[in-house]
Amino acid sequence: MTDTQFDIAVIGGGPGGYVAAIRAAQLGLKPVVIEREHLGGICLNWGCIPTKALLRAAELRHSIDEMAAFGITVGEVKIDHGAVVKRSRKVAGRLSMGVRHLLKKNKVTVIEAEAKIGSAQGGLRQITLSSGDAVLAKHIIIATGARARALPNIAADGKTVLTYREAMIPETMPESLIIVGSGAIGSEFASFYHDMGVAVTLVEAMDRMLPVEDAEVSDFVQKSFEKRGINVMTGVKLQSVTSDANGVTAVLEGHDKPLQASRMILAVGITGNTENLGLEGTKIRVDRGHITTDEWGATGEAGIYAIGDVTGPPWLAHKASHEGIICVEKIAGMSDVHAIGVGAVPGCTYCRPQVASVGMTEVAAKQAGHDLKVGRFPFAGNGKAIALGDDGGFVKTIFDAKTGELLGAHMVGPEVTELIQGYAIARTLEATEAELMATIFPHPTLSEAMHESVLDAYGRAIHF
Amino acid sequence: MAIEIKMPALSPTMTSGTLAKWLVGEGDQVNSGDVIAEIETDKATMEVESVDDGVMAKILIAAGNENVAVGAVIAMLATDGESVDDVATITPQSGPAAPQSPAPASAAPQTPAAPAPSQPAADKTRLFASPLARRIAADRGISLDGIAGSGPYGRILLRDVEAAPTQPASSHHALIEPAIGQTIGQPAGDLRGGSDLLANSQMRKVIAGRLQESKQQAPHFYLTVDCKIDALLAARTALNARAADGVKISVNDMIIRAAAMALMAVPEANTSWEGEYTRRYHHADIAMAVAIDGGLITPIVWAAEQKGLAALSMVTSDLAARARDGALAPNEYTGGSFTISNLGMYGVREFAAVINPPHGAILAVGAGEQRPVVIDGNLSVATVMSVTLSADHRAVDGAVGAQWLKAFKGFVEDPVTMLL
Repeated sequence: MTDTQFDIAVIGGGPGGYVAAIRAAQLGLKPVVIEREHLGGICLNWGCIPTKALLRAAELRHSIDEMAAFGITVGEVKIDHGAVVKRSRKVAGRLSMGVRHLLKKNKVTVIEAEAKIGSAQGGLRQITLSSGDAVLAKHIIIATGARARALPNIAADGKTVLTYREAMIPETMPESLIIVGSGAIGSEFASFYHDMGVAVTLVEAMDRMLPVEDAEVSDFVQKSFEKRGINVMTGVKLQSVTSDANGVTAVLEGHDKPLQASRMILAVGITGNTENLGLEGTKIRVDRGHITTDEWGATGEAGIYAIGDVTGPPWLAHKASHEGIICVEKIAGMSDVHAIGVGAVPGCTYCRPQVASVGMTEVAAKQAGHDLKVGRFPFAGNGKAIALGDDGGFVKTIFDAKTGELLGAHMVGPEVTELIQGYAIARTLEATEAELMATIFPHPTLSEAMHESVLDAYGRAIHF
Repeated sequence: MAIEIKMPALSPTMTSGTLAKWLVGEGDQVNSGDVIAEIETDKATMEVESVDDGVMAKILIAAGNENVAVGAVIAMLATDGESVDDVATITPQSGPAAPQSPAPASAAPQTPAAPAPSQPAADKTRLFASPLARRIAADRGISLDGIAGSGPYGRILLRDVEAAPTQPASSHHALIEPAIGQTIGQPAGDLRGGSDLLANSQMRKVIAGRLQESKQQAPHFYLTVDCKIDALLAARTALNARAADGVKISVNDMIIRAAAMALMAVPEANTSWEGEYTRRYHHADIAMAVAIDGGLITPIVWAAEQKGLAALSMVTSDLAARARDGALAPNEYTGGSFTISNLGMYGVREFAAVINPPHGAILAVGAGEQRPVVIDGNLSVATVMSVTLSADHRAVDGAVGAQWLKAFKGFVEDPVTMLL
């Protein structure tokens, strides 16, 4: 290695780490990314992107079932599951190459190794690499991400009991599947596997699926899933799981009859990759698997920061990227840097129907003491949705009755993951209901439902 | 018939003011004599009373707007039998941007009735604030003026309003030191310099604006003379010994008196520059600079040349006391032709003051102190006070200034003449 001294060393090349490194380079700092496996991290290789490729296949498969209604007759449908997975891997591979190119273009040094943080001397901290080399950096950003959380009594063997990682590269489609956990990951896999013809049971310990979403959204998605034939069980805890070559048997608390299926996917959350980083003996605190930081990523140990999934929730790629940017800007001494605001991170789930939200749920807003004005508009009242043949779902908006602040927006239905940014921008610009009402939404678009929902909150909806 | 409520003139020379606060909301019943709004002028906050009965239909100028021209329509009042909604939609006959004040006595430049910019150098027509920040500031009666915006290009966001104290005058935000703000190259652990951002009060900004304008536009020149004041001090002691109870003539009163007499003696110095014209004043309307909390104010002794020292003394002590209490009416500190600023009590030997527009000159008075002086070839000791006249060369030439100083010195050194 020629260069061994850097302004910022980023450990982990995922959406938090590589973005932080590029921002550092833009600011004239000298960054290095140390990545142990593949650039782009889980998001790009084993998360957001490859699952979207799988879900696209599922969506096309579903569209074929709808063809008759559009007057199109389709012949025999065959699915090459291997090809579906292969395409998903190809998409991930292409984007990982893209990240490599971006880092090169920004003159970011990339080291492929595992990193361990050493001692500091004279404002520089040593990082020892698994290759045997070492580098020095003034600042270190830990962006090592996370992995699937295990349950104490259930071991994921990667064959019968899977985590997301094996679940997105199935060699064969199982006949039946139990998915434990109905957050974004569990719900997306449930939607995908069901469309691929697998009998799916979705098990959730909380009293409703997608528990972080607004209750009305959870309820709508659960009804949609059940209508499609997905078995959704909420308020159910696993007592024990046994597996053999034939499949998996799950005993549920308070249920006499155990669940049986060919495979199981565990989607019960994540735990940060905090091991073997040399955190022992530092002031860095790891709380329930995640590094504790302030709003800028500072860990309490001078010169060491942490961003993304290795830190606190929400565990989302776009939040990691934004944290990476503001952390680097703070290190660079920029004055006009602002921490991520409460409720500023939108969340998207790409099951069918899609779910997207930003800000507070209705219950959370009430608990926070706001008087509310709540608007709802169903896609059944939206011309574009009807023309698309996809008019299930609704847009719900929650305003503070006194100030007109858009406290939260919750959407379920066609392409809502592409629409939510409108409300996110409105929140960032601190628009009130007045500006949203005064904005002209183009016709005919799905976004008109966003307008109508705002109007409805003030009793002014036109088309419903 | 709908009634237009206009920006009132609180003093003859007022051309614009800040709409500080609305005390009634749209839809509120308003009776004649009710205080409906507060208006900040240069140096004071004044209450605006309604002269009619009715219902507040529409507030056209929101609280916090600066530079609202006198005569601009600030609200619409619906009278008996009128629909508030109908009135609220009426376009005022005299638009907010069209001041209807009669041609003011002083030809001070007209300022447009537009909201003030958050930064002086920025666009003069817009104050950048998010809709939510505007709304919440209005609800809480907080003026956005004076709030430092933390958003892009200084845009005021909700967090800025929430961080602002409800009393804009005492605005004080401590900037939180970033936890990890070390700059690259700076050794870790270095403490960065701490500072506080103090929001500028309306008065502070007026002082800043006026003095900057003065120093940039009025070509100042400075003339200094030393005045022997032993005779003046003796006269003061003698006068006070015979004065009625409660009357205590100060050195400053005698300086004002001497200055007033000098302005009468050299009327060319009693002028102000108004571009096409030079205004020459009939009287010695002398403003005296009074330091008050957060700034200074210059109450005026009108026609000081017509007041004897006892009367002058009563006027100046009353003005100074009310200035410190913030109880001056705008017409008591607006106008005048000449200023006296006395820092003698601080031991300042001499200084040069910035002219207080639209005045033509200001006299900076230093401390009276014993100094060696040569009189008729003999060295002796006298009590000497140095004074410096700053004059606006556009209106007052050097020779005129010198003549005025000579006259002033004459009255001070031979105080009997000023009593004539």
